[in-house]
Amino acid sequence: MKKNFNLIFGLSVIIFLFVFMFISLFHTPYSPTEMNIRERMQPPSAEHIFGTDQFGRDILSRVMEGSQTAFFVGFVAVSIGLIFGTFLGAVSGYFGGITDEIIMRIMDAMLAFPVILFALMFVSVFGVGIKNTIIAIGIMSVPSFARITRSGYIQHKQFDYVKSAKAMGAGPLRIMFLHILPNVISPIIVAASMGFSTAVLSEAGLSYLGLGVLPPSPSWGRMLNESQIYISKAPWFAIIPGIFITLTVLGFNFFGDGLREYADNTEK
Amino acid sequence: MYYYLRKFIAMFFTIIIVTLITFFSFEIIPGDPVLSKLGIDADEAQIASLRAELGLDMPIPVRYIKWVGNILKGDLGESVRFSLPVYDLIKTRLPVTFSLMIISILITLAVGIPLGILSAKYNNRIGGFFINFITQIFLAIPSFWVGIMLIMIFGVILKWFSPGGYVSWSENPAESIKSVILPSVAIALPNIAIVIRYLKNSVLEQMKKDYVRMAYSKGLNSFRVMKNHVIRNAVIPVITVLGMIISSVLAGSLIVEQVFTLPGIGRLLISAIGNRDLPLVEGMILYISFTVLFINFIIDILYKFIDPRIKYD
Repeated sequence: MKKNFNLIFGLSVIIFLFVFMFISLFHTPYSPTEMNIRERMQPPSAEHIFGTDQFGRDILSRVMEGSQTAFFVGFVAVSIGLIFGTFLGAVSGYFGGITDEIIMRIMDAMLAFPVILFALMFVSVFGVGIKNTIIAIGIMSVPSFARITRSGYIQHKQFDYVKSAKAMGAGPLRIMFLHILPNVISPIIVAASMGFSTAVLSEAGLSYLGLGVLPPSPSWGRMLNESQIYISKAPWFAIIPGIFITLTVLGFNFFGDGLREYADNTEK
Repeated sequence: MYYYLRKFIAMFFTIIIVTLITFFSFEIIPGDPVLSKLGIDADEAQIASLRAELGLDMPIPVRYIKWVGNILKGDLGESVRFSLPVYDLIKTRLPVTFSLMIISILITLAVGIPLGILSAKYNNRIGGFFINFITQIFLAIPSFWVGIMLIMIFGVILKWFSPGGYVSWSENPAESIKSVILPSVAIALPNIAIVIRYLKNSVLEQMKKDYVRMAYSKGLNSFRVMKNHVIRNAVIPVITVLGMIISSVLAGSLIVEQVFTLPGIGRLLISAIGNRDLPLVEGMILYISFTVLFINFIIDILYKFIDPRIKYD
């Protein structure tokens, strides 16, 4: 833990954003949806620290509520990737052979594909909305989990503890998920942290294009979309949501890197 | 030979997966197009004849094979909205996206490679910290937001030019480059960070090798060791990230074209989705994914060609 700047910095940013999001569940300074034409496009001031948008809505309140969307999308998408990816990776690595070959070729095919392209295809067939955004991003995060889990299993399946479990009559499922999984969990957590960043970035991109989260759910990406025509009159409107996206991604990337360093150091 | 064969089989397999997913997404899931074309009042005979005409009465595997056959003939289908072949629509938009991608990749390599080498050289406590922090920020900033910020700085505050719109190369080469330079910078930023981080680790890895110690003990100074030995070996692995960079540049340009209102394939795709022009979306997804796969394949081949020591996996 000592001197692990990445971990400490990443964790601080995540905690800050999480608290920010948590407060917004109970209280925002103004209503995020209430319009007030008289106060439209106000620069940052004591009443509105981040100013107001084209409808006079308080940007701080909207950014706060947008953080709920970002966390929700990130959390659910990563969970989808984590569950399916870990399972596929475990099966692939543990059994090897033709099963491994087929699963990994599919994973490679998915990795070669830009996330945003798949998400665009997905929403064009199944419709635009937060649910399909999450599913598409979740599906595309499966391969990174599968790869990382697989390499852990290939390494661990030859260890003595696995052999002894086998000798004691444990079935493959028991060995895979009760014996090996706890030992390979740290790279999976690292991948989850990185996956969270990717999910937040992809959601912001899709929502910016108007093909992600739809109104009335607030989204940082869509705020940027709306802000763009007002950049000469209300530059703060285009600056604030971008800072929050960057900060979230930065936090989870640093946290992931720090975690990897931490795991490497404790293993030695 | 084994390497090329494996890579080729892998690409072939990927193409099969991509076509299967696309076929099911666009040809099967959206449902029967006959009913929506004829309306609910159509009688049985009409429905049956149109279904036969469109080939919808055949079993799904047969339809898939016929569908792949059409693609192989270069027929990507026809746009509903424009009533034009998808490929013709893509062709007119291609130069924009292509020049955007080329310039982004050039910026990425021109900035990333020197900075990557320098950051390996100055990888001490303060330098390493600084490089890590800057590259992390580059990776975290969404490219479309960088685009908006560049428009704000250069268009609104400095008023150097009005951003947005595209000037073709044949019209005015200087203006053409000017119209794609800001979007290219926005797209290049995260990729520069990838190259720097990757190259830094690659150089540091090489520095530990025996041939470096050997070169030093021959009396070469550190500049010559770097120039003649280390960099040559360290740059080769960067080719492997090139595939990733190209697909990331492509993904970036799909969004950034929207920011700068550039009439490239990204805008065509987004507007096709907005108009529910599914055949156009389908054709474009196929075109874009085939291009990505083909480029990745070429890079794998190139990699082996440059460094014959590479083995599969």
